[in-house]
Amino acid sequence: MGSSGRDRLDIEARVDNLDEVTDFVSDVISCLKYSENELAQIRIITEELFVNIASYAYSGPGGMASIAASVDEKENSVELTFVDSGIKYNPIFAKEPDITLPLRQRKKGGLGIFFVKKKVDELSYCYRNGNNILTLRKIFRGA
Amino acid sequence: MLNTTMRMEDEELIVILEGRLDALSSQNLEKELEAHFEGIKGITIDCAALEYISSAGLRTILAAEQYLEENGLEDVKVINANSTIKDIFEETGFIDLVNFVK
Repeated sequence: MGSSGRDRLDIEARVDNLDEVTDFVSDVISCLKYSENELAQIRIITEELFVNIASYAYSGPGGMASIAASVDEKENSVELTFVDSGIKYNPIFAKEPDITLPLRQRKKGGLGIFFVKKKVDELSYCYRNGNNILTLRKIFRGA
Repeated sequence: MLNTTMRMEDEELIVILEGRLDALSSQNLEKELEAHFEGIKGITIDCAALEYISSAGLRTILAAEQYLEENGLEDVKVINANSTIKDIFEETGFIDLVNFVK
């Protein structure tokens, strides 16, 4: 495979397909070195972003999502790109939950992207040709 | 994949989680929990066999916590969590919302 490999999954954006998506990402990164914590983190990141598309991007069933993944063995990192053709939405500017608020006042949403932002090294978004394109890079440090 | 075992000890609902609590499995867990709420005085979630929890799973625990609070009961107890689970609770601030037993 050399120092970098690339793979892609095109799949219907339904929460039922979650396992297939996280398994896909786990397979792609299997040549890298990471801790248990980091593996959990990348699976959660994948889940949050895919479930976001599955839950909110499309108004009806049948919408598609594509996840492209590539690894850089030298840097020990993975780059994931999530693409959907649903409603235009940039999750990076989504309001973060106020985690200092007492229980009653906390909104349930926003936790997912909050966690994603904290656990990736790079995160970028663009909207092109009717597609939401979200790209992230995570370097595994074994911590 | 998530396996759950629920049992009552006095009036405490003990919930043993095994596997992964994610967006898929949390939907079922929330329903199962609600079915057991009647008459309980507390909830303990045993995470010894829990591999990870995502924000959907945290929301399920939040729902349980809100139920207890609304009924004047003590916080949900989260016990036997591994470092991965604890990391997630800490990062999201959830560690302060529940009774996280270290």
